[in-house]
Amino acid sequence: MNTATRPTTSITLSEGFFSRRSWLDWLFAALVLAAGGATLSMYGQAMDVYETGILIAAVPAAIWLGWFWRPLAVLMVGVAGLSLLAISSYHASGEAPTLARADTVFWLKYFLSSQSAILWMSMLVFMSTVFYWLGLIGGQHGATMELTGSRLAWASVVMALTGTMVRWYESYLLGADIGHIPVSNLYEVFVLFCWITTVFYLYFEAQYKTRALGAFVMLVVSAAVGFLLWYTVVREAHEIQPLVPALKSWWMKLHVPANFIGYGTFALSAMVAFAYLIKQQAGEKRWYKLTPLWLLGIVLCFEPMVFRRSTNEAGGSYWVVYFAISALVVAGILFARERIARRLPPLEVLDDVMYKAIAVGFAFFTIATVLGALWAAEAWGGYWSWDPKETWALIVWLNYAAWLHMRLMKGLRGTLSAWWALGGLVVTTFAFLGVNMFLSGLHSYGTL
Amino acid sequence: MSLPLAETGPQAQPPRSSPERLKVLVDLLSSMRFAISLLTVICIASVIGTVLQQNQPAVNYVNQFGPFWAQLFGELHLYSVYSAWWFLLILGFLVVSTSLCIARNTPKILVDLKTFKENIREQSLRAFGQHAEADFAEAPEGLARRLGEGLVQGGWKVRLQQRDTAAGPGTGWMVAAKAGAANKLGYIAAHSAIVLICLGGLLDGDLIVRAQMWFNGKAPYAGAGLIADVPARHRLSENNPTFRGNLMVAEGTQSSTAILNQSDGVLLQELPFAVELKKFIVEHYSTGMPKLFASEIVIHDKATGALTEARVEVNHPVNYHGIEIYQSSFDDGGSKVRLQALPLDSDGARFEVEGVIGGSTGLTRSQTGEKFNLEFSALRVINVENFAGQGGPSGSGVDVRKVDLRDSVEARLGAANKVMTKKELRNVGPSITYKLRDAAGQAREFHNYMLPVDMGDGGAPVMLLGMRETPAEPFRYLRVPVDEQGGLDSFLRLRKALGQPKLREQAVARYVALAIDPSKPELARQLQASASRALDLFAGNPAAAKSTDGPDRPTGGLQAVADFIESNVPEAERPRAGEVLIRILNGVLFQLEQLSREQSGLKPWPNEAKTQAFMTQAVLSLSDVQAYPVPLTFVLKDFTQVQASVFQVARAPGKTVVYLGCALLILGVFAMLYVRERRVWIWVRPESDGTRATMALSSNRKTMDGDREFEHLKIKLLGLAPASRDAAEGPAPN
Repeated sequence: MNTATRPTTSITLSEGFFSRRSWLDWLFAALVLAAGGATLSMYGQAMDVYETGILIAAVPAAIWLGWFWRPLAVLMVGVAGLSLLAISSYHASGEAPTLARADTVFWLKYFLSSQSAILWMSMLVFMSTVFYWLGLIGGQHGATMELTGSRLAWASVVMALTGTMVRWYESYLLGADIGHIPVSNLYEVFVLFCWITTVFYLYFEAQYKTRALGAFVMLVVSAAVGFLLWYTVVREAHEIQPLVPALKSWWMKLHVPANFIGYGTFALSAMVAFAYLIKQQAGEKRWYKLTPLWLLGIVLCFEPMVFRRSTNEAGGSYWVVYFAISALVVAGILFARERIARRLPPLEVLDDVMYKAIAVGFAFFTIATVLGALWAAEAWGGYWSWDPKETWALIVWLNYAAWLHMRLMKGLRGTLSAWWALGGLVVTTFAFLGVNMFLSGLHSYGTL
Repeated sequence: MSLPLAETGPQAQPPRSSPERLKVLVDLLSSMRFAISLLTVICIASVIGTVLQQNQPAVNYVNQFGPFWAQLFGELHLYSVYSAWWFLLILGFLVVSTSLCIARNTPKILVDLKTFKENIREQSLRAFGQHAEADFAEAPEGLARRLGEGLVQGGWKVRLQQRDTAAGPGTGWMVAAKAGAANKLGYIAAHSAIVLICLGGLLDGDLIVRAQMWFNGKAPYAGAGLIADVPARHRLSENNPTFRGNLMVAEGTQSSTAILNQSDGVLLQELPFAVELKKFIVEHYSTGMPKLFASEIVIHDKATGALTEARVEVNHPVNYHGIEIYQSSFDDGGSKVRLQALPLDSDGARFEVEGVIGGSTGLTRSQTGEKFNLEFSALRVINVENFAGQGGPSGSGVDVRKVDLRDSVEARLGAANKVMTKKELRNVGPSITYKLRDAAGQAREFHNYMLPVDMGDGGAPVMLLGMRETPAEPFRYLRVPVDEQGGLDSFLRLRKALGQPKLREQAVARYVALAIDPSKPELARQLQASASRALDLFAGNPAAAKSTDGPDRPTGGLQAVADFIESNVPEAERPRAGEVLIRILNGVLFQLEQLSREQSGLKPWPNEAKTQAFMTQAVLSLSDVQAYPVPLTFVLKDFTQVQASVFQVARAPGKTVVYLGCALLILGVFAMLYVRERRVWIWVRPESDGTRATMALSSNRKTMDGDREFEHLKIKLLGLAPASRDAAEGPAPN
């Protein structure tokens, strides 16, 4: 029995929100406030009332994010610093800034101009994935490898965000009427997808204190990067294009990122579900029981290629290599499943991460769909017009709504929910990519 | 769709009386299984709707699926899934099912919100998965109050209950606390949102328009003609509460009747105002991509006569008395064009026609009496084309693949404006598209640019005359060189001269005279024979082309010369013979051009680079023109552009309901996912040597967050040391 003299003072269950803040938190808040104020005073006259509203609302949102999870504050400050460095490098002394400086200034050329930064992001994502896998399979140095993977993932997020910010600036250098936030086409949203998925993963990594899932989640990010590189090299999709009239709206700033929080976390949950199934079938010896998992794994890993119309065009061999690597990776995972399973966190934790990711994704997907409806009401004259993209967004939404119902109301857990979450990625991917490739409609901004 | 506590077990006995039957029906409708099945069907139907292109003309479906399947799919309403009766019925069921769920659970939730369940027994607390015990030295009442205050400070709602225990009446205290009531409210909000959104959506759909067709005798109009002539039974009243239609207004005109497209015709919707289009504005980026579509309009109110000026842009609709006006698309509003017909054969005449885009005019070919219909299809004032990769120094044989790794990486570093394939965009000015339809109804489509285009290949500027047989194929362009006046006169003169044997003879004679010393008559005669042969072949003289056979072969042009060489010259000598013949041909054609200039009383051309460039292109064009399917082409001489703006006009009273539903949905989803409803009880009773507190936590769902919170409460409230997870699951540490 714990009979002890206990203090009879009043109990404080939790400290107040503000009393938990350290001086660093307040410093960060001051920085964000100053940045917001400076932006408003410098560019306020070029923004309409909605854009001003978004900027003002972004300030408390950024402060809250930084307080909610302190690494985000560091990330924001770091990205802001690098972006400002890049922007100042575009200014030669006493001259108007020009894009040509991206080829002459060392920092810009090799690190900070948007394409360089995004290439760095791509490399860092691949390296991070490799280190996470070395950590998962490797022996006594596993923890060090995973730590390296985690650091590299952070670095890739920094480069992705820096690239995005600098691209935003570069679009204005192309012409004042061309400038826009880089979330307007398939190329730009792929970058968005990469860093959002990585950041969410890193958050869960810190919350659940396990790095073993990085190997799985970074795999889907790597797949996205693989697609991004092909899209850059073969299709030259990275070129900044002006906005068509329908996209010239402040709604875009809200609708697209909200959507990609959804896509990113759904992808994350699917990869966690994959890990769940691997761990669960670790002791499985009959190959035919593993085959469905292998096939689904391949389908998901090289999803962009499944939807390709012709492999004959330039870059066809790229996809053959891509396919082969994907198939080998998935087969390798299945081959080493016992070893992997030993390092994976308990099934209970995997299940919880899966639920958390889907919950975030579902909430933001709801917001995104509602925002999309509001925007459509303004741009197309109706909040719902059964456009293929809209319809598929609804299907994705219904799918995860059903998943959450089954879990929250019926207590669905375990294998079935994992298979369902993994299958959900097929639906999500079709909504994200397949619709653009196969179905025509009003949403044809990212054709392939 | 229902809470677990609301689930009833499977029906053990078959229902007898009608109230029982009703209950079974209600249970079925409000069960989650039913709701999930509905969602599945909605998903499948939606997929069909996206895969099968909706609301296409019936012919397209027959072409795609064949008559049998096309009709079957039609019967199933698969061509307009989202307004099919069965789809609306499923949505209706979804609304009913969700409403029943809400109706059944709301009373329970409301009761639940008020109670603290403080009457729970001590044994029950021990039965909870999460419970713990600790002993304290202080008195029960003080402890209970202290714990209660702590919970209140932590955001819990707390109720204290005094109870009798073995130690004496009123000595035991039950601290009952709860938090996260918003979770259940979120349930109500999210599910009402589904009902609201569906109802609002149904209201804004075409249900009401269809109701007017069923009950009010309205019918779609399938005919054509002027809007004013359409009878009243095809018109909907101004008071129609909900509609969505298109309104096309040309510049300088006004319109007050919107068109509602139905599967079998159109309905006309009278508007309470007329829209006058003053100006339609299109702006382009330098790449030729559209940058802005805007309409400057004046709204004429029919009732008051008030005038309201407004500007409608994409993304910036205008609302007038509850009717939204959107910029939907644009069209030609009847631009006036003046075309000049240029003969491409040797004996045609020039003439001019005037017309309006969208209209047509009849033509008769004087030589043959053939009748044609000239249809003015489209006028495009701006055409931005990409001229990269069509010659010029950038495309001159540099193998772009021959780069090393370092170069290829460096090429991709830098700002996001760099691309490997260069683009060279230029506006090449206005163009006209027209169709020539023959008496049999067969039409060819033509697309001619108004201004000569410098192709950037160092050659003479050319007029581009496009032609295609079917809309499925791209336009093929005949390139005709322009002279120093920028016109086609020189080329047409040459074309005409080529058709005249006498002039051809003269040209040959001149050519021979210039090329051969007169003292060598034998050589001159030989050259003359070759030159006339080449020129006759080129001009398509049937007598010269005896050796060519087959009706499909072009009877003239360079092809005829090539055919002649192939059939008359041994293979080894062909390249040389070809070269010689072409050189002769070029020379003779130059003389022919000079002759034709003389005839028209013009000064002869100096033999300089510009002339040669013209002649090089002219030879090719003269050859190609023989494959041009009609003997004349129409070039744009003058135009007055009249644009039309297509607006979407909509009255959508369900919008506010839907938006309210959306707001509730977001709030509800967040409340359901991020607020956990939980209750804590702490039973405080005196023990022999102090006070014992038994704590239990219950949550509406088991998550790792719940475990963590209980650990936290154990430490803070009961002062227990942090325990491992297993301990938290099992019995309290003793």
